[in-house]
Amino acid sequence: MPIESGWATVGPFFHAVLPWKDGGVMAGPETKGEPITIVGRVLDAEENPINDALIELWQANAGGKYNHPDDTQSGDIDPSFQGFGRVAADAEGSFTVKTIKPGPVRGLGNSWQAPHIQISIFARGVLKRLVTRLYFEGGPGNEHDPVLALIEDEERRETLMAKPDPKESGRWHFTLRLGGPSETVFFDV
Amino acid sequence: MDPIPYRRETPGTQPPALWPDYRSTVLRSPRKPLIALPHTLSEVTGPIFGHDRLQPNDADLTAQHKDRPIGDRMIVAGRVIDENRRPVAGTLVEIWQANSAGRYFHARDSRDAPLDPNFTGGGRTITDDAGHYRFITIKPGYYPWQNHENAWRPAHIHFSVFGPSFVTRLICQMYFDGDPMLPFDPIYMSVPSEAGRKQLCAAFDYELTVPGFGLGYRFDIVLRGRDATPFEADDHAH
Repeated sequence: MPIESGWATVGPFFHAVLPWKDGGVMAGPETKGEPITIVGRVLDAEENPINDALIELWQANAGGKYNHPDDTQSGDIDPSFQGFGRVAADAEGSFTVKTIKPGPVRGLGNSWQAPHIQISIFARGVLKRLVTRLYFEGGPGNEHDPVLALIEDEERRETLMAKPDPKESGRWHFTLRLGGPSETVFFDV
Repeated sequence: MDPIPYRRETPGTQPPALWPDYRSTVLRSPRKPLIALPHTLSEVTGPIFGHDRLQPNDADLTAQHKDRPIGDRMIVAGRVIDENRRPVAGTLVEIWQANSAGRYFHARDSRDAPLDPNFTGGGRTITDDAGHYRFITIKPGYYPWQNHENAWRPAHIHFSVFGPSFVTRLICQMYFDGDPMLPFDPIYMSVPSEAGRKQLCAAFDYELTVPGFGLGYRFDIVLRGRDATPFEADDHAH
């Protein structure tokens, strides 16, 4: 059997190719669902901003359906929503994505996964991408989500929770920490 | 019915998160164990891109400007397959690289080497039905970096490939067979097995070489494959 090719860092010089102009706008006015803005930050183990990170997002539509042939759930694809986003962090390690809140997605067996967004982080110094998920604090189904339940230390589940902006409805804050005492939970997929 | 999962990562094939020889990993590597995620619909699906993502000349990095770039013109081509040797058709392949003097077209690359007004160093294509891709470019130069005393990156081209799912995503670097810088490069050496490192080295290929135009290099890419398929189940039964 051939082996999977060995990963390498994206390095610091990917910006001419990987971040698309429209990469942070995943949904438009015609997209069904609740429009949201995700304001993210990427920090290293000493809480320094990572200004050369690339973030990719992948999510289901408002009905919980992925725009992909392997999603055999009932429900319709929203032609105005692919579900993929890709943005580069700025000088402060920040990024902004406009999308819609995903619906719940079927899990394994009879389980249901709470609304979540798949996150990949690439950067100089990150040899292989880091994979995590964004959930919505207080979101419906979080307490029964089978993936959150895999995280034995309940306090660490907090690292996956985007927090609602206290002033602006529909705006969510999400901080990714690549190390340090509050290190984000990362998954082996 | 649960989705058919992908194979788990084969132990000993991928670089570790913390690799102190590559200094930048020290503050950017999680120390707590990763949590193994069973493959749900969220993992077996992923973005699929059409040809509308491509611009004319995206696959010919030597034809994106008014004149030809300086350097050794070459053809880089190969196949994207999975661990089950199946072609990965219709998948987006993106590349980026330094120019022939070893400088990136990038605001943060302030190295004392010339920019080439005829070379941006970015390319994009989609694999055909048999998983083939093909780029025309120029050979990238060596460049020094700050990782350690007298550090030079081997000549390399960055590759980004999606494959059919979230799990199959891959970003790697293509090197050149026999490059003397390879054993000194902590990024190349972070791939644990010699076979894995060898697989990242493009080989000169006479078949891909175009007479009077440029040398050909073959570089095949392997993505994760499905764990069990009906075909393989049959295979095991015999």
